[in-house]
Amino acid sequence: MLNVLSGQLLIGLINGSFYALLSLGLAVIFGLLEVVNFAHGAQYMLGAFVAWMGLHYLGVGYWWVLILAPLAVGLFGMVFERLCLRRLRGLDPLYSLLLTFGLALVLEGIFQNAFGISGNSYPVPAALEGGTNLGFMYLPRYRAWVVLVSATVCCGSWFIIEKTRLGAYLRAGTENPALLQAFGVNVPLMFSLTYGFGAALAAFAGVMAAPIYQVTPLMGGNVIMVVFAVVVIGGMGSIGGSILTGLGLGLVEGLTKFLYAPASDVVVFVVMALVLLVRPAGLFGRQR
Amino acid sequence: MRGRANASTWAYALLVAAGLAAPFFAYPVFAMNVLCLALFASAFNLLLGYAGLLSFGHAAFLGSAAYLTGQAVKAWGLPIEIGILAGTAAAALLGLIFGALAIRRSGIYFAMITLGFAQMVYFLVLQAPWTGGEDGLQGIPRGKLFGVVALAGNLPMYYFVFALFLAGFWVIHRTIHSPFGQVLRAIRENEPRAVSLGYDVDRYKLVAFVISAGLSGLAGSMKALIFQSATLSDVHWHRSGQVVLMTLLGGMGTPLGPFVGALVVVALENYLASYGSWVTVITGGVFMACVLAFRRGIVGEVLALVKRSF
Repeated sequence: MLNVLSGQLLIGLINGSFYALLSLGLAVIFGLLEVVNFAHGAQYMLGAFVAWMGLHYLGVGYWWVLILAPLAVGLFGMVFERLCLRRLRGLDPLYSLLLTFGLALVLEGIFQNAFGISGNSYPVPAALEGGTNLGFMYLPRYRAWVVLVSATVCCGSWFIIEKTRLGAYLRAGTENPALLQAFGVNVPLMFSLTYGFGAALAAFAGVMAAPIYQVTPLMGGNVIMVVFAVVVIGGMGSIGGSILTGLGLGLVEGLTKFLYAPASDVVVFVVMALVLLVRPAGLFGRQR
Repeated sequence: MRGRANASTWAYALLVAAGLAAPFFAYPVFAMNVLCLALFASAFNLLLGYAGLLSFGHAAFLGSAAYLTGQAVKAWGLPIEIGILAGTAAAALLGLIFGALAIRRSGIYFAMITLGFAQMVYFLVLQAPWTGGEDGLQGIPRGKLFGVVALAGNLPMYYFVFALFLAGFWVIHRTIHSPFGQVLRAIRENEPRAVSLGYDVDRYKLVAFVISAGLSGLAGSMKALIFQSATLSDVHWHRSGQVVLMTLLGGMGTPLGPFVGALVVVALENYLASYGSWVTVITGGVFMACVLAFRRGIVGEVLALVKRSF
């Protein structure tokens, strides 16, 4: 009994780590650019596929790809921001939502053409194989690594944004980009870098996810819905809030799987409905 | 003004004539598909184009109505009129629940919330014991209209669908051109001002949402009878994206835009059907092109051109 519960909670914690990483990226992009990045799921999928292709076609291992895939996808994100997204600046944010939705469809379709919809598995790196028996449950080493790394990345991002000079620029840009530009900061470049950073975070999550979930063209579309619900629940205004909400909802999902498995797919959306009833602005959000 | 009103009356008369003649020139199932999706997109346009609310979860209404109509007609053996009414009413009720929650937030949050609810419906349909899981409901009988006219043939079915389309379109037309529609536009243009003028903005939005959901449900019920099936693709978020695309491509906020958008999208999908998932790529590409290059859509651009030239 305890075994099953702790097992489900661990899975919940893993899922929650991914929700946290992804909603963090969404929150960063939204905070500065006021763009809801629908392509976030596709960029996550892109990261996983870069890892998979790197291994199968070029023989590049996990550790290299953990750095290279986010760089590649981040660069792609910057180019996309520069060429497309920037043209929509100043318009209703609904347009950028629709543009990134189009990008998500294009990416998903391309990979579906090339690889079909069946899953491809990615091996766990040698150094992280195996696991330890904690007495009440078995803890695979790779899963522990995922939780640890995503916690580190989340805390690191929170620290950079809230406590450093670079983060201060970012927050200033969120409040008033025109004024920040008047102070001599290259705001357009900052926009590109921020979008690239968000996309890179998504790709990073994708590489981390590759050994756990199946690598398929549809993996992004499935996860992005949940992440959007997480964002609604947490409120997009706060970085720390989105991280906590992501982790928390992963755990709620795990707990639901233990209590009543069929409800685990919808529980996040039920929580979203409840939060809307009680606190429409989200748990950590400010009503605007 | 009088001249313009006359022009649009002529345009509508011409379109009705074209609709009556359509099955003799085009494949009837294709024409019915266009009408069905055009009604869906018009219902969606009522919300996006006139109230300024982007719902990213309209597949939930289309899909749940399709499933319910299918189940009512096939498993419970109810007459199709009751099946269609049940599907439409269920979608409207679902719209009432989702709408009441979703309008508590606005803008992009509204889009994300409706998307979330639609995803919930998707999972419920996937898991429910009577929906047939991955296969969906197949072999839904078209039955007899009022117990007399057999609809199994495509020609009588087409005219039945055309009549339903006209009825739905008329409801939308009346809504847009009523004082209610004027208030919706005021809310879209300047919500705080509408509030300060004493309008209960949330109620207006909710009523618009329910009308839109109900008519999407009508389109879904029609869909279940036309194709004699209700499948997971009807509740999938790609379907929600498709209706956004049709409205955007045709021209949101124009009465005929959604129809034109549906025609183009259905033709495109038919034409590209053999290319598999390239359809997804091209759909995404058209989306991006629309947003970047012509946000007014086909009808919107034509209207703007006419306005400039005369």
